[in-house]
Amino acid sequence: MDQILGNIGLLFEFPVVNLKIILDGIMVGALFALAAYGLALVWGVMNVKNLAQGDFVIAGGYVSWWLVQNGFPALLGVPVAFVVMWGIGWVVYKLVISRVIERDLFTSLLATFGLAIMMAQILNLLFGSDTQSVDLDYDVLYFFDGFIDVPIAKLIGVLMASALAAGVIIFMKSSRMGQAIRATAQDARAARVMGIDTEKVYAFTFSLNSAICGAAGAIIVMVWVIQPFYGISYSIRAFVIVTAAGLGNLPGVIAAGLGIGALEQYGAHIFGIGYQQAIAVLLLLLVLLVRLIQQRRNRQVLK
Amino acid sequence: MKKLSLLSILMASVSLLFSQASLAAGHCGEIHLGSAISLTGKYATNGIHAKNGYEYAIQKIKDAGGVMVDGKCYNFKVTYYDDESKGDRGATLAERLISQDKVQYMLGPYSSGLTKAIAPVTEKYKIPMVEAEGASRSLFNKGYKYLFAVLSTSEQYLASAVTLAAEMAEKQGKKPSSVKVAIAVENDPFSLDIRAGVSEDAAKYDMKVVIDEKLPRDLSDMSAILTKVKLLKPDLLIVSGHSKGAATAVRQIDEQNIKVPMIALTHCEAADVTGKFGDAANDILCSTQWAETLSYKDPIFGTAAEYEQGFKKAFPEYKDKSVPYQTAQATAAVYVFKDAFERAGSLDKEKVRDAIAATDLMTFYGGIKFSDAGNNIAKPMVLRQIQDGKYNVVAPSAFASHKLNWPRK
Repeated sequence: MDQILGNIGLLFEFPVVNLKIILDGIMVGALFALAAYGLALVWGVMNVKNLAQGDFVIAGGYVSWWLVQNGFPALLGVPVAFVVMWGIGWVVYKLVISRVIERDLFTSLLATFGLAIMMAQILNLLFGSDTQSVDLDYDVLYFFDGFIDVPIAKLIGVLMASALAAGVIIFMKSSRMGQAIRATAQDARAARVMGIDTEKVYAFTFSLNSAICGAAGAIIVMVWVIQPFYGISYSIRAFVIVTAAGLGNLPGVIAAGLGIGALEQYGAHIFGIGYQQAIAVLLLLLVLLVRLIQQRRNRQVLK
Repeated sequence: MKKLSLLSILMASVSLLFSQASLAAGHCGEIHLGSAISLTGKYATNGIHAKNGYEYAIQKIKDAGGVMVDGKCYNFKVTYYDDESKGDRGATLAERLISQDKVQYMLGPYSSGLTKAIAPVTEKYKIPMVEAEGASRSLFNKGYKYLFAVLSTSEQYLASAVTLAAEMAEKQGKKPSSVKVAIAVENDPFSLDIRAGVSEDAAKYDMKVVIDEKLPRDLSDMSAILTKVKLLKPDLLIVSGHSKGAATAVRQIDEQNIKVPMIALTHCEAADVTGKFGDAANDILCSTQWAETLSYKDPIFGTAAEYEQGFKKAFPEYKDKSVPYQTAQATAAVYVFKDAFERAGSLDKEKVRDAIAATDLMTFYGGIKFSDAGNNIAKPMVLRQIQDGKYNVVAPSAFASHKLNWPRK
């Protein structure tokens, strides 16, 4: 308790800490938002809740790490991970997802849960269980007497994440395929009637999700560390964010991603870093409660 | 029909060949050991280090003429099962080794958690287990009679860093009680012991613990703690969270430009912090059970340095890194078995158990002598400092080959 009070005291004693926490939170939140956006896409379009989301992120990280081990520049990892994970996503869709897409909720949950375990173990067998990271030889920018540190690598990562998000938004708004995806999400049967090949749309959506995750992972490996079994922590955050923001609400997903990133950092500062993930889960609980209350109110209106 | 008979003749001749081969090499009998060890899952890296250590020991003992029990020669053979780094799986596999494979002697798994899961099983069946990778002190207050550990218990891992910090404070003309300590350890049995050892020793010197936090299991970002370190300016920072803790700490300490006079970690070698982060790892203290520069020696493995060379030759994948202590202590565990079998002069597991309990052995890994609780009391922990990318022993001063760089730049 004393420690918690002390930690809160620090926030007031050194106001600049708040800026640092928020900055750190936004940087990590940007990547959560990416993974969450992919999840929202798959969830909204195909009604598949992909529990292997985080494992796609980690797999993308390993693609980039492997490239660097073989002498390629680190920044190349992001586009390459995007392409490679696109391919893997397509294969996974054809092998697994396409078979469970018409089934009920539990079948797809079980299938993607199994997929998550498989992917983690395959990564473990391929790359070993050591934590890995890619060290970019960029400088770190310091502000406020060196108190705030912004590694240029992190900055590049966030910029790449925003560029990717912007690209996806433009694609969804203006391209033919983007329109087809949105139409399928609204009503798959109507979309079929209108001549949209929904099977193709599903395959495309899942591959796109996998590719977005892969790119996020390639950024993560430059900034933090990855390990074959870290997928779950990204899956959890993606679920929290999508649940909070709702499906098909892209600005909401980004805002929720950044918000959760910052709140987690505050939680880690005040309660200790051991509770960082607990904060995310607690937020999920709160969001669900609020949603439930909102729905109850709606029902009363309907009566 | 004809084809079939031809096939059976072929098979018979093959099996004959095999039995002859085993006869030819078989003037030595086999002592069957069992081990459930992490070959997949989060402990796989260190589990494989340990397994390689076992295998190297078995080969070296074989080359040196095997285990002589009552005038007959034997070689060790180990049945391994993969416990997937999960405690319940480890316990099930231990049951299977003992009741189905009829294993009479066990080598330990990797990590304190797994050892904790398996020890009740070996105890139940009265199977002697010599383990090399479970250092939690909670293993040695349960009154186990068949559990023996060759390594130092974990509360000793970083406690010497506290002593070292006190020494440095005195040299500066300050009181040891002026030293401020920051502790960040993972929330698992091993790391919590380290925390207990450090806070006990800090309390002895009346030092103030300014940060005391638990790291999550899937740690990839500890900037929240390091921000506090920047504000509270401790004189000693202790981090323990297996390889991921070491990797994350070294990376972010450099990134956030953290200036603490003394930083002590565990698992530096396993995380390969020098290889991955280069100069960022300089002047960090790393605890180790064993170092190849120590002057211990024995007749089978030679000196610590000779052990390292021999091991690298046998396992070329370790060529470019230093051999982890997890491997050395696994080898030492097999050596304890050899020594105990020879002194017991029998394959009876009770006699072997008593012989293990009476072990007083000098090895390349250090002295081995078990307390009544089963932990090794003959070997101290070692602190090494990373100096220009090399691990140099700086504490305890009796073994130190190099001087401590203090304060850390």
